[in-house]
Amino acid sequence: MSQFYLNNQLIRTDQPAGSTLLDFVRYNQHLKGTKIGCREGDCGACTVLVGELDATGQVVQYQSMTSCLTPLGNAHGKHVVTVEGINAARGSLTPVQQAIVQEGGSQCGFCTVGFVMSLTGHALSSQPSTAASVLASIDGNICRCTGYKSLERAAAHLQQQLEQRPATEALPWLAEQGFVPQYFADMPGKLQTLRSADTAAATGGSETADPLPTAATSLDAPAAARARILGGGTDLLVQQPEKLRATDVELVYDQSHLRGIRREGTTITLGAATTAQQLLESEVMLAVLPQLPRFLKLVSSTPIRQMGTVAGNFINASPIGDLTILFLALDAEIELETAAAHRRWMPLAELYAGYKQLTKTADEQVTAIRFEAPAATDAFNFEKVSKRTHLDIASVNTAAWLRVENGVIREARLSAGGVGPIPLVLRQTSVALVGRPVSVETLRLAQQAAQQEISPISDVRGTEQYKRLLLHQLLEVHFVETGLLTKEQL
Amino acid sequence: MNHLDPIRHVRGESQYLDDVPVQHGTLYAAVVESPVAHGKLLTVDATAALELPGVVHVLTARDIPGENQIGGIVPDEPLLAEGHVHFRGQPVALVLAETEHAAHAALAHVRVEIAPLPIITDPRVAAAQGELLVPPRTFRIGDSEEAWAGCAHVFEGVAESGGQEHLYIETQGAYAFPTEMGGVRIISSTQGPTAVQRHTAHVLGLGMHQVEVDVTRLGGGFGGKEDQATPWGALAALGAFVARRPVKLVLDRMADMRMTGKRHPYSSDFKIGLSADLKIVAYEVTFYQNGGAAADLSPAVMERTLFHSTNTYFIPNVTATAYSCRTHLPPNTAFRGFGGPQGMFVIESAIASAAERLGVPATEIQRRNLLREGDLFPYRQPAEGCHAEQAWDTAAELFDLPARRREVDEFNRTHRWQKKGLAVMPICFGISFTKTAMNQARALVHIYTDGSVGVSTGAVEMGQGVNTKIAQVAARTLGISVDRIKVESTNTTRVANTSPSAASATADLNGKATELACLALRERLLQLASTELSMDYEGLHIENEQVLAAGKPANTSWEKLVSAAYWQRVSLSENAHHATPDLHFDATTNQGYPFAYHVYGTALTTVQVDCRRGTYEVQAVQIAHDFGQSLNPAVDRGQIEGGAVQGIGWMTLEELVYNEEGRLLSNSLNAYKIPDLYAAPKVLDVHFLDTPGHSRAVMRSKAVGEPPLMYGIGAYFALRDAVRAFNPDSTISFSAPMTPEKVLVNLHPEFTPTPSDAWNSPAHSTSATTSAAS
Repeated sequence: MSQFYLNNQLIRTDQPAGSTLLDFVRYNQHLKGTKIGCREGDCGACTVLVGELDATGQVVQYQSMTSCLTPLGNAHGKHVVTVEGINAARGSLTPVQQAIVQEGGSQCGFCTVGFVMSLTGHALSSQPSTAASVLASIDGNICRCTGYKSLERAAAHLQQQLEQRPATEALPWLAEQGFVPQYFADMPGKLQTLRSADTAAATGGSETADPLPTAATSLDAPAAARARILGGGTDLLVQQPEKLRATDVELVYDQSHLRGIRREGTTITLGAATTAQQLLESEVMLAVLPQLPRFLKLVSSTPIRQMGTVAGNFINASPIGDLTILFLALDAEIELETAAAHRRWMPLAELYAGYKQLTKTADEQVTAIRFEAPAATDAFNFEKVSKRTHLDIASVNTAAWLRVENGVIREARLSAGGVGPIPLVLRQTSVALVGRPVSVETLRLAQQAAQQEISPISDVRGTEQYKRLLLHQLLEVHFVETGLLTKEQL
Repeated sequence: MNHLDPIRHVRGESQYLDDVPVQHGTLYAAVVESPVAHGKLLTVDATAALELPGVVHVLTARDIPGENQIGGIVPDEPLLAEGHVHFRGQPVALVLAETEHAAHAALAHVRVEIAPLPIITDPRVAAAQGELLVPPRTFRIGDSEEAWAGCAHVFEGVAESGGQEHLYIETQGAYAFPTEMGGVRIISSTQGPTAVQRHTAHVLGLGMHQVEVDVTRLGGGFGGKEDQATPWGALAALGAFVARRPVKLVLDRMADMRMTGKRHPYSSDFKIGLSADLKIVAYEVTFYQNGGAAADLSPAVMERTLFHSTNTYFIPNVTATAYSCRTHLPPNTAFRGFGGPQGMFVIESAIASAAERLGVPATEIQRRNLLREGDLFPYRQPAEGCHAEQAWDTAAELFDLPARRREVDEFNRTHRWQKKGLAVMPICFGISFTKTAMNQARALVHIYTDGSVGVSTGAVEMGQGVNTKIAQVAARTLGISVDRIKVESTNTTRVANTSPSAASATADLNGKATELACLALRERLLQLASTELSMDYEGLHIENEQVLAAGKPANTSWEKLVSAAYWQRVSLSENAHHATPDLHFDATTNQGYPFAYHVYGTALTTVQVDCRRGTYEVQAVQIAHDFGQSLNPAVDRGQIEGGAVQGIGWMTLEELVYNEEGRLLSNSLNAYKIPDLYAAPKVLDVHFLDTPGHSRAVMRSKAVGEPPLMYGIGAYFALRDAVRAFNPDSTISFSAPMTPEKVLVNLHPEFTPTPSDAWNSPAHSTSATTSAAS
């Protein structure tokens, strides 16, 4: 049973937790403003807002999500907003809608609601509105009439308006300006009530019991249940929607003990259900990887980053998983927990046995990820090239971590995706670098070594020849981007 | 877009096919597809599927009461496969079930047995084997054979352009209802309601009057729903006809991508001859069009390639031949530009080839050969109201072409690993259906007794703003506020025998018909006013809903006049017919006057390439475009910006990949990339040229749908320019799209890896090829 608010309406539903929020909204609730374009999170026509009560219990934080990839169960306890939930009185428009109409940003109209919801999410965001961030908010929305310039003009208008938005407690201002209806003010209280009801149910009315739902239930769960764990669902709902619908999935996206990023000494630990967006917003992460925003800008789109989890990316075992490649170069380890609560740590690099094959046992679940923070003097870089720069799957991606002392590479760890059946650690290439001076010759050695340990195939992301050339080039880019080699040297 | 549509769109209130409330008793249809690209169809066994819960019927060719044929130009396409299958994804059977889940679940349980036959995917291979959809055509002017001897320079080459997936965000679909007369009513997402009606009637063995087709709007069409909405409409209708229950059929994205045809890929040979002063003296071109498994619109697309084979240049000696080749891909079809872009890509390649080998800027050759007033196209229509030079010169001056060139060269001198490229793309596009008979339209206009107005035409709204323009035409002609006008859905019972919304001509044809109907109504009302008010008819006028006599307000308003007309039993309805005057074309001599007029324009495109990564961005597209007297600058600007970006997509990211078995590998949005927000040019300037428009254009506002797509071709040549700035000896083949792969491979042709063994996974066991240049 999922309970949540859909616009101003309390929903209690027994629909499968692994079915999509999109189908529920359109075909169960008959809210037809949310459109179906691709069912794989690549077009944004089904974008809705999902609001979650923050830790204070006073504020609801809204994020745009593609409802085609949102398991219905992930709506539990939240406020789901479709266009019907922001429409003002008949005939009048919200400032977002007004800006799009005014700038001619709607042609055939089929993608339009997705843009409206993404921009409304931007208006509701606690982050400041900038020229870049307002565009980033619609980077997951595709318009095939390709009316992007008018949408850009609309976004620019909006951004100007949002400069007036108070930095904190913006909701009254947003409601007054008509961005959202007045009932949004009641949502924190309503979600509080839902949360209390949940807690009461989980604890059988006792105030003292451990509120973690998984520990108790998974003790008795058969081992096979582990196979049904679903992270953000951003790939599984594309690949196997019918199966997920028919499966009693265990959703980890909302399990708060699986979230969070903390630093102890030089060790950084992430909850398994940490999303890409949370990485991007984490001060802990930004402190050790200041270039992270540049890297993650190349990873999917704003709504997908808000849904996809780090562990989900690992377990999905795609040979070109962006986060996997990034964390391989960080020499990350994953914590695995069995149904019987046995825990162990394993290097991420040892997780992959073959194409889409994992070395972990079926009943082991990833609970945490940890890595040693690179030193400020270490070189770290992530590169990804795809047909389209943004919201695309890599032809080749690669990351590099290099520890250099006195012009000599002391330690090295390079990873690469799209060049073999699994996300690869380029071990021989890394070894070839160690002990050598930072020089063009060393780079050339590494480039040669890399060709020997990769085995790309020709597919829709590129020919074998291209992928080989691309990795060759990107290794050079690592040296350039980290400043180890200068333009003059190359 | 209707003039109020944007307000409905942003509120999510606009109804598309899948939003139509589901009628009680509806069955859901799913299509059983051929799993192979060519073979003999041995059996279709639905026994197991029919035993599944919720499955009601599985229909095959045998269940078709009329003729199993939906070919538009050539009758070569069955609705459901019979005897043979000719492409992967060809509809073989139709499952009808109580729920969508049940229908899709049943697909795997319909056993289809096929004996495989050889597969052709390459148009040149097809041509060599005589596999042509229609006989080849040749457009000829002058004598190119004779002319070569007099040329100072002659160059030959090959140019290839890829296909393009329409990727309308609303997928194909239809919803059909049995009617009490034994017919069907179909709500269809189609650009051609009459095509759906005609073929459905044929398939069901009914008169066309028994089939009603209604279209409110499309969530994008781009040509993909001109002919290829028909199968889904006819299949849903077949289901409703047989089951006597409503049947809804909506393709999911991957099915849509697998089963429907796309823009035609072309492979072409060119030969160009120039004089010493860079005048193009002669041009020969042979086009091999990849038509797919059935003719569909390929013969007409091929014809338009020939019409536009010289783009906006005057060439006295031209021989252009085209082969429409039958391959085992889904039948390729209309896509914005309709063969024109493919023709233009080849002449631009020929010019670039000449320029590169002569060491002169391509712009020198382009500018020197632009059409001038009275010049003949190869099909013998003269260029009238020619703005080719005006468009070029305005763009060159306004956007300072010499300065752009200097900036690019300077940047390239000072940057080793970043290179810029610049290209100029002039265009000329003929407006009209090249099948002369199709240039007709009707409008039915009702004035209601309260003064509100309903307009029905054959135009289908798909985002191009045609309904807004029609409302404007009606309001302007009647002298009333646009708020009184409603543009109705497109319905075959209100407006019959329509041409599809295509060829950029929809607003012209249907707008003119609307204008004629409104003029007749206006005249009738003013005649009444002159009688009622005893005023001189000649001086009467309606403006801002007020009747004016000799410029002064008379004692009657629009509402009063309409009311009076009703009580005087004067008809408040009018049905008008418009046929574009003066058109003729002889398809045996390939000569005539096929186009109402031509649209001109010029775009400057600047790109920047990251030479380490092979990635690039289109920095600026600056356009001077001939709108005539734009009826709606906001709508028209949207068409130009959108068309240009769509064309850039075709030339850069959008890469259709089929393997040798005819299986589409770029089969979803994650494998087929269209431009996103960041892929659109940073700067996109659109300058409205000062041109008078044309009397054959609606209110002198020229057609805007297709012409801007061709500006995108500039992106290919700008990228080529940048690659050659890095690597001047590069021998890049003329092969679009210019993907990041092609860019990188051409930047670093010396790279020869030492290959190790490729890994094989079950997912990749079939041989995969891409169309990368090598």
